[in-house]
Amino acid sequence: MKLTYCLSGHPTLPCNVLKFKSTTIMLDCGLDMTSTLNFLPLPLVQSPRLSNLPGWSLKDGNAFLDKELKECSGHVFVDSVPEFCLPETELIDLSTVDVILISNYHCMMALPYITEHTGFTGTVYATEPTVQIGRLLPSPLKDAVEVSTWRRCYTMQEVNSALSKIQLVGYSQKIELFGAVQVTPLSSGYALGSSNWIIQSHYEKVSYVSGSSLLTTHPQPMDQASLKNSDVLVLTGLTQIPTANPDGMVGEFCSNLALTVRNGGNVLVPCYPSGVIYDLLECLYQYIDSAGLSSVPLYFISPVANSSLEFSQIFAEWLCHNKQSKVYLPEPPFPHAELIQTNKLKHYPSIHGDFSNDFRQPCVVFTGHPSLRFGDVVHFMELWGKSSLNTIIFTEPDFSYLEALAPYQPLAMKCIYCPIDTRLNFIQVSKLLKEVQPLHVVCPEQYTQPPPAQSHRMDLMIDCQPPAMSYRRAEVLALPFKRRYEKIEIMPELADSLVPMEIKPGISLATVSAVLHTKDNKHLLQPPPRPAQPTSGKKRKRVSDDVPDCKVLKPLLSGSIPVEQFVQTLEKHGFSDIKVEDTAKGHIVLLQEAETLIQIEEDSTHIICDNDEMLRVRLRDLVLKFLQKF
Amino acid sequence: MPEIRVTPLGAGQDVGRSCILVSIAGKNVMLDCGMHMGFNDDRRFPDFSYITQNGRLTDFLDCVIISHFHLDHCGALPYFSEMVGYDGPIYMTHPTQAICPILLEDYRKIAVDKKGEANFFTSQMIKDCMKKVVAVHLHQTVQVDDELEIKAYYAGHVLGAAMFQIKVGSESVVYTGDYNMTPDRHLGAAWIDKCRPNLLITESTYATTIRDSKRCRERDFLKKVHETVERGGKVLIPVFALGRAQELCILLETFWERMNLKVPIYFSTGLTEKANHYYKLFIPWTNQKIRKTFVQRNMFEFKHIKAFDRAFADNPGPMVSGGIAALNHPPVVFATPGMLHAGQSLQIFRKWAGNEKNMVIMPGYCVQGTVGHKILSGQRKLEMEGRQVLEVKMQVEYMSFSAHADAKGIMQLVGQAEPESVLLVHGEAKKMEFLKQKIEQELRVSCYMPANGETVTLPTSPSIPVGISLGLLKREMAQGLLPEAKKPRLLHGTLIMKDSNFRLVSSEQALKELGLAEHQLRFTCRVHLHDTRKEQEMALRVYSHLKSVLKDHCVQHLPDGSVTVESILIQAAAPSEDPGTKVLLVSWTYQDEELGSFLTSLLKKGRQLTQPPPLPSPSWTEPGLHVSTVGALSEQTLQVPSLGTETMCHVPTQAAVSS
Repeated sequence: MKLTYCLSGHPTLPCNVLKFKSTTIMLDCGLDMTSTLNFLPLPLVQSPRLSNLPGWSLKDGNAFLDKELKECSGHVFVDSVPEFCLPETELIDLSTVDVILISNYHCMMALPYITEHTGFTGTVYATEPTVQIGRLLPSPLKDAVEVSTWRRCYTMQEVNSALSKIQLVGYSQKIELFGAVQVTPLSSGYALGSSNWIIQSHYEKVSYVSGSSLLTTHPQPMDQASLKNSDVLVLTGLTQIPTANPDGMVGEFCSNLALTVRNGGNVLVPCYPSGVIYDLLECLYQYIDSAGLSSVPLYFISPVANSSLEFSQIFAEWLCHNKQSKVYLPEPPFPHAELIQTNKLKHYPSIHGDFSNDFRQPCVVFTGHPSLRFGDVVHFMELWGKSSLNTIIFTEPDFSYLEALAPYQPLAMKCIYCPIDTRLNFIQVSKLLKEVQPLHVVCPEQYTQPPPAQSHRMDLMIDCQPPAMSYRRAEVLALPFKRRYEKIEIMPELADSLVPMEIKPGISLATVSAVLHTKDNKHLLQPPPRPAQPTSGKKRKRVSDDVPDCKVLKPLLSGSIPVEQFVQTLEKHGFSDIKVEDTAKGHIVLLQEAETLIQIEEDSTHIICDNDEMLRVRLRDLVLKFLQKF
Repeated sequence: MPEIRVTPLGAGQDVGRSCILVSIAGKNVMLDCGMHMGFNDDRRFPDFSYITQNGRLTDFLDCVIISHFHLDHCGALPYFSEMVGYDGPIYMTHPTQAICPILLEDYRKIAVDKKGEANFFTSQMIKDCMKKVVAVHLHQTVQVDDELEIKAYYAGHVLGAAMFQIKVGSESVVYTGDYNMTPDRHLGAAWIDKCRPNLLITESTYATTIRDSKRCRERDFLKKVHETVERGGKVLIPVFALGRAQELCILLETFWERMNLKVPIYFSTGLTEKANHYYKLFIPWTNQKIRKTFVQRNMFEFKHIKAFDRAFADNPGPMVSGGIAALNHPPVVFATPGMLHAGQSLQIFRKWAGNEKNMVIMPGYCVQGTVGHKILSGQRKLEMEGRQVLEVKMQVEYMSFSAHADAKGIMQLVGQAEPESVLLVHGEAKKMEFLKQKIEQELRVSCYMPANGETVTLPTSPSIPVGISLGLLKREMAQGLLPEAKKPRLLHGTLIMKDSNFRLVSSEQALKELGLAEHQLRFTCRVHLHDTRKEQEMALRVYSHLKSVLKDHCVQHLPDGSVTVESILIQAAAPSEDPGTKVLLVSWTYQDEELGSFLTSLLKKGRQLTQPPPLPSPSWTEPGLHVSTVGALSEQTLQVPSLGTETMCHVPTQAAVSS
């Protein structure tokens, strides 16, 4: 039985559980953070504007929530620490999860919720860059939220405890789970260390594709070939903006940035501290000189800015070929090293401290969090929002930019939306599926219909044959394949004793009688024990305890008996007075002396005789000479 | 009989020009392709003509694996691939791939430019050779072809050093290359899982040494350097550009910082500075501490260690005045190469050797024939080229910083991997002998130490993987869950072999798949009984008798008057001629032969059926094969024995033997 339990409804932040050959495997544990958009931003310094927002009350005048709910430009917000939408924890007993496979650093944010306080005792598998960068990601929260309220998210201790359960793996590393299942991470081309996973036994293969990219950015290219011959391909993490072309967006990003700066305005880029920012910096590295912007300072403000930039340079083995060959020179793979060296790019842990001294305008600021609800970005929104000279450029696709901006309305600053999502789009998906030919595709229900906002775009959905099976949050899905075979090893001694016979050209058969040993989910066939030599009396009884209880099953028979030859054989073995009669379906051979009758038909032989065991066994053996045993 | 064959072309009872041929399950793999530092003639490279006399190496070798970038492991690679000719894949780790060509180029320059050798490989050949390299990640399973796979494990030793598992089906060999079982200041310790290879090929450089704690050695080293500098001498530390150099730099750097020393430390070549960049970029390959702290401070960015200008070497004494104000102390110099056999380290050595205040510290192993080896073995008058004699007055110190596993470490690794046998390479014969004994006695693992050109053959007995139909397996496993089935059981099935596809299925399925009909073989035996009663009555008696005797079997009385025991049919009939005789017809199929034949004998002996109950126990000690068991049983129990599994299990065995 292969079942998937779908614990998350978010197609790019999946959390599924696969039961396969008695192992329970969780695929990703993404944390849906879109709920933060319903909360008011958490400012770094008290903001009079936010604290003076009017309370919101129901139309009937009931104001019981007015302390919690605030209104801003017609939208209602919760004035508290953000809370998140966790994966379902009731659908399956999380303590039964054996392993968790992480595909990329965005899809592990719910890890502490799963591994801590649930009785989880398994192992988490992830690549080194995934862990190192994933470790950096939740930090904006950590700094924004007071320790006392931190409970709603997880504590740093829980994060560390969860991270300590991770075992590092490399691409194409075969990991055995209990001897029953093998899992292998494959490069997915989306981010540093991002992986797709293959979950397979010797005869079945499930591919888990999550957050993959076919574009050439900085990570190692996607390994497509290894996904071939899958029985089931679980497809998640497609692009969230299927209509936007990442290349075009990068171009727009650069030109808007240049325009704003030339007019003396500042550019704010809300972003994650890792990922697309590397590509943006690389584009700017090439662009700023030609655009005459070399003197405009680029600031990267994040508690983990330094770590992120440093880490990006040491994962040569996880990078695309071009970047790898730079390391061989040896030079840093990313040009942001040079931007830092030449002082064009500066990074700070926060707006406090050195930054306030160095701060020059106009400038470009990269900072988080992309939801605009916490992190240093909140400060810049308050600072720059009132001037129409400034521009905010959205590049991260995870949050609706209009909703992100809502609590800051009315805004004077310009707003540009250039979402850069390098994950697979539907055209690439259909190409991929054609290439790797899975027998079945399983995906979130969102991918089986056009997006609600573009319901006429039939091209914005998965199109495959047979149609993809879809799942939704809190659903259990039976995967459509049946296991038929299992690997078993035949010991060399046993193999030597087998006598193959050719039944048809190219097909040989051998009957096998062997002792089955099963240990750690591995099966082994050993030669049957030699029958114990009969010894006398009581001792025999003892011996019989040791002899394995091997009840001999007689093989099945096949073939037919040619009457003439059979009669000749009988004669050769001393039977005389043989009569053969023809019947409708065959023959009857009569051994008159022995009062024995042998009915021979195409598919049956019937020996009718007196109770003479010797005779019966003789006749049996003569009949068996003409038949094949199975 | 399948076998694994191993032939060292180099490093067999020797250190240098590592090159080992392995044949496993029909695949040929060459492990390392090194040069020998002790020779300048043909002997410096392995004898590749051994592999094949006529024919291309590419046809013979499935792949070449390079364990790490040291020249005694990769120095012959361009010669091998470009001059002898090999176009197949060459596997190595990323750092090795990055650094290897630089060392090869360096080696080439010394050989061609300085020694003026002709017919050496060219820069272009190094480049072409490197194009054939496929980089591997740690723990990645690389599929060389459909059958042959290799996997790299962390080996410590130097940046990017790896151990390799070579696997075909269920047979495997592990080659360690050079490794270090204790973490040092910049690298971690070698690690391998319990992969149980058929053979572990391990280096044995320090086969007889058990080294004291690393801390002591480090303290000694620092003390010696410090003392020499204090008394105004100069310290020369010959190193290879990558590896020990970085470890010692980290050591001196931290010491200098702690002691607040101002004495400059120099690195002799531009190469080493570049080398540090590699360490910075391949941080994930270093030890845990460096990996953890590199964001705050990259340990390979040295403050006290600077690039060296050759002019300093000429300065005879303490530099009171120099171009640079800071240079008012004698320098500590790291110079390449490590064995003083050529290059800058040898040049500096010649200049400083005459002054007893100076010191040379040899931090690693020196191959025989090198100046390093000579001075370490106590030679103080060296014959240089041009018949010059160099008198060595400077102090000579040896500090073992070589990152090789010592005897304890080697034993530890063997314990980790649990191989069936061990083969020693990369060590001196005498020392190997000692370790071989130790391994055989303490670990009870057979151990080999072939010389170059000598072949070790190990027979293997790989099991054969086949697919078993899940139905058959589950049926068996379910039986295995029965309370009685602690003992192994016999599994019956049919192996279908079609091309290379082997499947084990139940006999029924085999017949069905092949489109063959089953041939039913049936026996019907007539058992004559003297009985005057009606057939129906007889059948009833037979039924109640069998029911009471065969407690473990399903005995039924059917409406048509016949009796069944499991699938065996018993009918009573009256032959017309004699009303006093009745015939029981017992009918069974071949598959039920044991039970059928047993029943007939039971019924035949059960003529007492005619007598009224209670039934005496049938005295069935006569008929044939199962005499002893049954007899013994009935004696013991003095009751009608049930036809339980206990009895049944012997009957078939013997019947099978007799048939």
